[in-house]
Amino acid sequence: MPLIVKLASRNLLQDRVRFVATIVGIVFSIVLVTIQMGLFLSFERMVTTMIDHASADLWIVPLGTKCFEDPSLLDEQDKAQALSVHGVTGAIPVLIGFTQWAVPGGGSTPVFVIGSNETTPGLHPWNLVKGDLATLAEPHAVAIDRTYFSRLGVTQIGDSTQIREQKVEVAAITNGIRSFTTTPYVFTSLERAQGYMASTPDRVSYFLVHVAPGADIATIRKQLLARLSKVEVLTPDEFRSRSREFWLFGTGAGAALFAGALLGTIVGTVIVAQTLYSSTKDHLSEFVTLRAIGSSSLYIHKVIILQALLSAVIGFALAAGIALVIVVTTADTALPIVMTPILTLGLFVLTVLMCIASAIAAIVQVLRIDPAMAFRS
Amino acid sequence: MTPPLIEAIDIMQRLGKGAGQVQALKGVSLALAGGELTLLMGPSGSGKTTLLSILGCMLTPTEGTVRILGRSTAGAGPGVLAKLRRDHIGFIFQSYRLFPTLSALDNVRLALDVRGEPAETAIPKAKDALQAVGLARKQNAYPYELSGGEQQRVAIARATVGNPPVILADEPTGALDGENGHIVMDILAQIAKYQSRGVLVVTHDPRIVSFADRIVQIEDGRILSEAPVPLAALSYASTR
Repeated sequence: MPLIVKLASRNLLQDRVRFVATIVGIVFSIVLVTIQMGLFLSFERMVTTMIDHASADLWIVPLGTKCFEDPSLLDEQDKAQALSVHGVTGAIPVLIGFTQWAVPGGGSTPVFVIGSNETTPGLHPWNLVKGDLATLAEPHAVAIDRTYFSRLGVTQIGDSTQIREQKVEVAAITNGIRSFTTTPYVFTSLERAQGYMASTPDRVSYFLVHVAPGADIATIRKQLLARLSKVEVLTPDEFRSRSREFWLFGTGAGAALFAGALLGTIVGTVIVAQTLYSSTKDHLSEFVTLRAIGSSSLYIHKVIILQALLSAVIGFALAAGIALVIVVTTADTALPIVMTPILTLGLFVLTVLMCIASAIAAIVQVLRIDPAMAFRS
Repeated sequence: MTPPLIEAIDIMQRLGKGAGQVQALKGVSLALAGGELTLLMGPSGSGKTTLLSILGCMLTPTEGTVRILGRSTAGAGPGVLAKLRRDHIGFIFQSYRLFPTLSALDNVRLALDVRGEPAETAIPKAKDALQAVGLARKQNAYPYELSGGEQQRVAIARATVGNPPVILADEPTGALDGENGHIVMDILAQIAKYQSRGVLVVTHDPRIVSFADRIVQIEDGRILSEAPVPLAALSYASTR
């Protein structure tokens, strides 16, 4: 081990209590940032999950639509106009909206219904663990996610209840289709969805446009906009971006998560800075000796930064372990915390930067050392 | 005559500011040649440590010139002064100033590490330096496992391992009993005599006068006398 690393690590470990306090500070900070950023990523994914799983080259949406859950409606007759555009091979209607699910044990709970005909490539449930898409064609059939069994008061295929006094029967069960609003999704056919939401047959929420292979999407989009009024035509990426923008920043939810992450970073930096400063102060006599025997400022800075880096690596390793446990534990909950390789790398870089920034106060202190102090006993 | 390794010419040093300002050195000149052990003696507050700090390139004199191996330090910044210290001067302190978390070997090696010397060459040199002070068997011991005399010998090994031409020692026997003080001074005398280095020892300790080649007496910021031993020893004894 290089001597400078040995010196830095021994300085760091000499006071075990302070070392533990430093590591706890880093771990606390990084776990907090991980949770906030993991929630942000999870939230970001969840707000676009329906758009991600829809089969569409373009979305026709009501003018001014802010997000997928927007309650505005389109005229069903727009479908014929859309299909008249050269290159459009399909315009699949989708109806969405909130309604009330009668819980079999008593009471009711809000649900978010998604209606799309199972025979067309539209917006259908995925990750089916029981039943299949074809069963949604059966009378009263719906698909729900098993995460929400207790909320909905059902536990298996065949369980039934009512929405707006119309029969509902669980025909398919999915895994992991969770809503960030915590309102359960209920997939069903378009016609049944219209009934469950008391919507008239001439109103739908979106048209999922399919274009012919090789067709120019930009041209088709212009033609759709020319023929249809009071609508917008969005690519899936644009719709995703708009939904994220609305939920993450329009509502302040994203800002709150970022604020939490920032707070975690500040807390971590302050704790590490305080302990590094204190450690440097305790070892001031040794730094005086180093300066007296002719050590360069860079060498001394390296010792302090190495102490910070060692703290960062140890703290990050422990924090990553705890974060992994949190990720696994929350994987099947309504709001899972997501870790990606990029987030992990980003958190490591953040930890290192935080610890190096924390070393600045200690370095400034050492810069003021007078080497002649070595002659004072 | 051998050219001096280190030389202070007409040094004036004011310390502090305003009404509290003190004239610590008042035109002091001193040269240190190779192969010579010089004692710098004087009462507390006489300017010994200030002169040592200036000779050791730790303090820039208010007036006057310092030359290390013939090169003036005038105008040198902290980085240049640090390089002069690590390349040309070995330091020994009264309180040893060893690193408590490092072994004796690593403490000695540190003087080479700050010079950027790789471990492959630094470790054998550090072992040799410990051998030279009779501590080869204690290379893995930590400072708290060593006696005061042994700690000072480790400090001597650290000061000499980089082969600097000048050794500056501040009260090296100040914290030691007579026997250990004798051992330490014997080593320093050997270093001066057989390695042709210039050794300057600041001391109050009259027991070590016999090890010196020359004694310089300083008082109130001025050199009072400068004479070879034994003449100086007699002179020093008469002033006590």
